[in-house]
Parts: sequence; C-alpha cells; structure tokens
Amino acid sequence: MIKVTSGLGAGLTRRGALRVGGALAGATALAGVPGYRAWGSDAPIRIGLQVHRTGIGAAYGRWYESTSSAAVAHINANGGIGGRPIEMIVEDDATDPKRGAEVVEKFASEHKVDVVFGTLFSHVVIGSAPRAGELKMPYFVVSEGYHVASGALNRYVFQPGITDVRQQVTSMAPWITGNLGKKIAMIFPDYAFGYDHRDFFSAAAGKLGGEITTLLAIPPTETSYTKFFPQIPAGTEVIYHVMVGPGVLTFVKELGEFFGAGGPKLFGFIDSLEAVDLASPGLEYLEGSHIWEAMPRFADGQPTESALAYREKVGVDANGASVADPKDIATFSHMFGCWETLHVIKAAVEASGYQGADDTAKLIEAVEAMTEFPESLDHPQGRKTFNGKLHQCFGQQFISQVEGGRLKVVHTTAIEDGLYEPEADYTTQAL
Amino acid sequence: MAFESHLLLALLEGTVGACVLALTALGLSLVFGVMRIVNVAHGEFFMLGAVIAWAAATLVGGPPALSFALALVTAPLAVAAIALGVDRLILRRVAYQPDATIVATIGLVYVFQQAVLMTFGPEARAVAAPFQWRVTFPGFGYSGVKLALAGAALVLIAGTWLMLTRTHIGLAMRATQIDRETAQAFGIPARRVYALVFALGAALAAVAGVLVVPVQQAHYLMGGDPLLLSFIVVIIGGLGSLRGTLVAAFVIGISDGVIAVFFSPTLAKIAATLLVAMVLVARPQGLFGRAPS
Repeated sequence: MIKVTSGLGAGLTRRGALRVGGALAGATALAGVPGYRAWGSDAPIRIGLQVHRTGIGAAYGRWYESTSSAAVAHINANGGIGGRPIEMIVEDDATDPKRGAEVVEKFASEHKVDVVFGTLFSHVVIGSAPRAGELKMPYFVVSEGYHVASGALNRYVFQPGITDVRQQVTSMAPWITGNLGKKIAMIFPDYAFGYDHRDFFSAAAGKLGGEITTLLAIPPTETSYTKFFPQIPAGTEVIYHVMVGPGVLTFVKELGEFFGAGGPKLFGFIDSLEAVDLASPGLEYLEGSHIWEAMPRFADGQPTESALAYREKVGVDANGASVADPKDIATFSHMFGCWETLHVIKAAVEASGYQGADDTAKLIEAVEAMTEFPESLDHPQGRKTFNGKLHQCFGQQFISQVEGGRLKVVHTTAIEDGLYEPEADYTTQAL
Repeated sequence: MAFESHLLLALLEGTVGACVLALTALGLSLVFGVMRIVNVAHGEFFMLGAVIAWAAATLVGGPPALSFALALVTAPLAVAAIALGVDRLILRRVAYQPDATIVATIGLVYVFQQAVLMTFGPEARAVAAPFQWRVTFPGFGYSGVKLALAGAALVLIAGTWLMLTRTHIGLAMRATQIDRETAQAFGIPARRVYALVFALGAALAAVAGVLVVPVQQAHYLMGGDPLLLSFIVVIIGGLGSLRGTLVAAFVIGISDGVIAVFFSPTLAKIAATLLVAMVLVARPQGLFGRAPS
C-alpha cells in the first residue's frame, strides 16, 4: 500500500515538474537570453546538493548535508571559489530514483545552479545521472558504486571524492584471503551495489586462490536473516558481509545466535554500521571481527594533521560521534566524500576560469585534466589519483578490527592495490 | 545441515513470523470488521509502538527486562491514546465514510512517518532484549527471545479472543459489527464502541511493534511491510472474520518461513501474493468471510 501511494504522489509531481521545467525552458528560449544566468564577477557560485533527507538513506543524508555545509563555510571563509562565495541549495530526493531525476531537473530549471553534487545511493545515482547528462549539468556523485567508472553513465557525471567498490574490494582481497581464510561465503544486498561486491570480490579472491562457497543475495526489505544461514556450507572460513539498510543489528545478532562461538570469521563493510554505535545491544558478536573503513571512525586510526583538522571542522569527536551529542554517530567513512568533492569543484572552477553555464564544457575538461589530489585539508582522507577518462578517483582503504566496541586500524592499503584495467573512456563522448 | 534441522529452523522461523503477523493483522481485521473502514495507517501504529518502546527503554534505562516490561505497557497505551485522538479529530469528522477514511489514513501514514523522522531521526535504533538466551538445536542455534516473543503474541491473541467472546464489551463490539442500528436501538453506544475498537486495533499493532523491537530495530519506515502482509492475511482470511485472519496468518507465516528457508524469500512473497489472487478469484469473500446476501 505504501508503494501505491508514494508512486501516485511521485507520478503527479513528476508530470508537474516536467511541465514547469518545459515552460521555464521555453520562456528562456523566447527571451533569447544566451544561457540563463547573468554573472557578475562576485556573484555566488550556485551549487545544488541532492541529498537523501528522507527515505531509506536519511541517516547518511543528514551527515552529507552537515559535512557539505561545513565545507562551504570553510571554503567561503577562505576566499570562496576564485573570489566568489558558494551558495548551496539543498533539495531532498527521498532516496528515490524517480524523484532524483526531478531534483536534477529542478536544480537546472528553477534554482539555475552551476553544478549538482552529493548523491549517494546507487539506484538514485543511476536514476538521476541520465537527466544530468541531457541537461548538460555537471553532476558529482559521492556514491562508491562502480557505475561511474564502468562507463554506464555519461560525460557529465564524476566521482572524484570517494573510491568505488571495485577498487575497494580489489585492494582488500589479498589481506582477506591471506589473513582470514580462503573459503569465503558472501552475503550482499540484492541490488546493483551488492552485485558490484559479488562480481569484483569473487574475481579478485579467485585470482588469489580463494574459493567463494556461497553467494547470498538478500532482498533489501528483509527483516530476518536466520533463514539464509543454513545455505552457508560447513567448512566456510570467512563470512564476507555487506548489508545496507536498517537491518544490520538484526543480521549480526542472528548470525551470533545461529553460529555461536565456533562460527566462521567475519569480514564486513562499515556501510552497514555507519551512524550505528558499535556498543549497540546486539553487536557483541562483531567483537574481534574485521571491518573495512574508508576513513577511520576513531581519531587514533588516522592521526594525520589534515584528518584531525577535518574532524574538527565537521564537528565530529575522537570517537566518531557528533561533538554536540556523543550518541549521534557520524557516517565518517562516506561523508568526507562531500568535503573532498566540493574542493575538487573549487579547484576545477578556478582552473577553468568558469564564469557561468556557457563555460560548462571548460569545467568538465578541467576536471578530466586532473590527475592527483595530494593529502591536505582539502583531501583529508588521504592522497588520491584521478583518472580523467573514468571520472573516478583512487585512494587508500583501511581494515579495522572491532575491539571493545571500538575500531582499531590493522591494515592500510596502497592506492596501487586497488587499480584495475579501465573499461571506459568518457572523454570520447561529445560535450 | 541435516534435513531435519533445516526443516525445524524453517518451522521455527515461520511460526515466529506467523505469531507477530497474526497479532498485527488481528487489529486491522477488528477495525475493518466492526467499523467497516480500511485503516491504511495501521502499519504506522506498529512503527509507533516500536519507536515508543525505544524511547521508554532509553529514557528510563535500568535493567533491560525492566525497561522492556515498561515499554510493553506504555507503548500500546500511548498508541491507543493517539488512535483515540485520530478517531475523534479525523474519522468521526468524515463520518467513517470508507473512501474518505482511506484518504485520511494515507495522509496519516505520512504525518506519522515524518513526525518520527523529525523527532526520533532516520537511524535504526536497537532496544536491548529483556534477556539473552541462545537455544541450541542440533546443527544450529536459535534466539530464545524470538521464541518468547512468539509465546507472548499467542497469549495476547488469546486474551483478545476471550475479551471479544466472553466480556460485555466484546459483546457490544460484536453486536455493532453485525448490525449497528439495532445495536444502538438496544442501547449500545456505537460511537464509543467505534473509538474503542479503533484504539484496540492500534494497540494490538503497537504491542506487536514492541515485541519485535528487541529482534529487529525501531526505524521510521518499518511500518510498510507489516501493513502489506496484514492486508494479505485479512483478504485471504475474509474481511472482518477474526477466525479467518488468524488461520490465514498462520498459513502465510509458516509457508513464508518454509519457502524462504528452502528456496528464497522472494519466492515466498510471490507465493503469498499469488494466494491472494487465487482466493480473490475463487472466493472473493475470503476463506471465512460471509458472501454478501
């Protein structure tokens, strides 16, 4: 029933939005204004944040929004972008692909922004990116999905602030097969993000002599997991789990109840545990297990000057919680992507001499020309390389162990560990 | 894993699911049976129960068993009070017209979800189980809390059944269901019965929400699935037939468990939906519903 009602509402809005969009586009054309913006040299750069304020991604969305606001305040306090301040406009896409495309449309026709950024959930990215391409709107996602580097999207879509699943799992596979075991059962969500894990980790582990004992795709609406566990064959040494959604605590608890003390070792992804306190009831079974982090939640895991300064700027304490409320856990392994992406946008606007929408092509080419982001307060997660043909950055990963409700970094991968054979070249597409 | 263990696990999973489903669907069925309205916001009462349980457990603190017991009492009462408010401020004003009620309760779905999003937040939050108990079966372990929650659900269902069949208030509800005008002529305050039934239906959903919160978590979007399954159960059982609702809940719950364990959860949902379609074609009034004369 919920689906019916929300579908109905979204359908009406979509039509309405298209009509408004069409009318606005028509009016602009009739007025004969070249582009739709008239810039003064100190007019603000308008940046649209497409955020998951409601829907299944809302826990992430809240931190994406606050991190982006902190980044904008930081950039504006240091002279803005080429002397122009950033004006950030925020629109909620309800973590819904259909609504996502409408939001991109609204940013272009109503808010008349220069660029859009910040989309996280892969299905929303895939739903929104084609519209951004049609509207020739630079679209910077912070999503992790392999969809950007796979070549499935278009020339206007970039992911310069966060690494993709393929390089993450490729770089960690040697550590997992070398330290935890070679017989691995994979549990992943039954949609694109999960398939990226399935395909690329299976391939990477296979090359290292690993054996995938079973592949368990879990439907995203599942609330009980015990029924899947009998499919994990005896002799499995490692359970590789990546679950996104509110069910993670149930999942871990049921895993513990099913296997008891003698079960396989666990390797998980922090995606499931973002915004979740590791001391939550039910997570006891994770003790001693290993977890991937993109950026260590606990400050002692990455005590670099830039990471600590960034932590302070976004209002997160040494335990990865909000400074204002120690129970409010951040999505620390993802939100840095918003901070870094805004700094990439700043660098690209300044390098291209971008003034307004007429310069969009120059802006796209300026991003594609980038090759390296040195570690700094602009890129606190660490040094990154950028492949302009793939529109994707490459960076380091962290493997941490759960110890007494805390995460302790035990291994850091090198950028080179995650490199793979490129499958795409966006620069051959017309602008 | 041995076949016997596998089957036992499937039956356990199915039975636990069926008990919670029966409790949730009972409220929906009761409201439809007596008031002849479809409450689309029923799943949100389930969600509110879970969220209030989290709030009660967190605000009070103390040993998990104590705070859970407190949640078990306060959450259904609080949700019943909210439902009374809904009845007074909305349902009564639209004179319980079926169409208007559906639209109004769809609106309530959004009001409740967004109110919880704004106050409780978007995160899934766990409530500590009242006790820790891992039951060991040959080949696997199972959650003792789940078994206990199934037992509690059965007790509550039995209690509701006794109330409906053995008490004066239950008699008034059944009389109103059969013929509202005649019941009123015999001095039954139909308006008050409506308010009471609506509050009771909401409280049953809420208590189901409280029971599942130690094994799932409280989340502001958790009401969608129980609503859908409750509708499936109520349609198969026959609209307004409580016996049908209970039978259908166990048929759907246990078959869901078995199919999900041996095949896939998606296939289990397909089977349930197919069953609804077949029942609607072959017996539109449901298994236990009365055909319109």
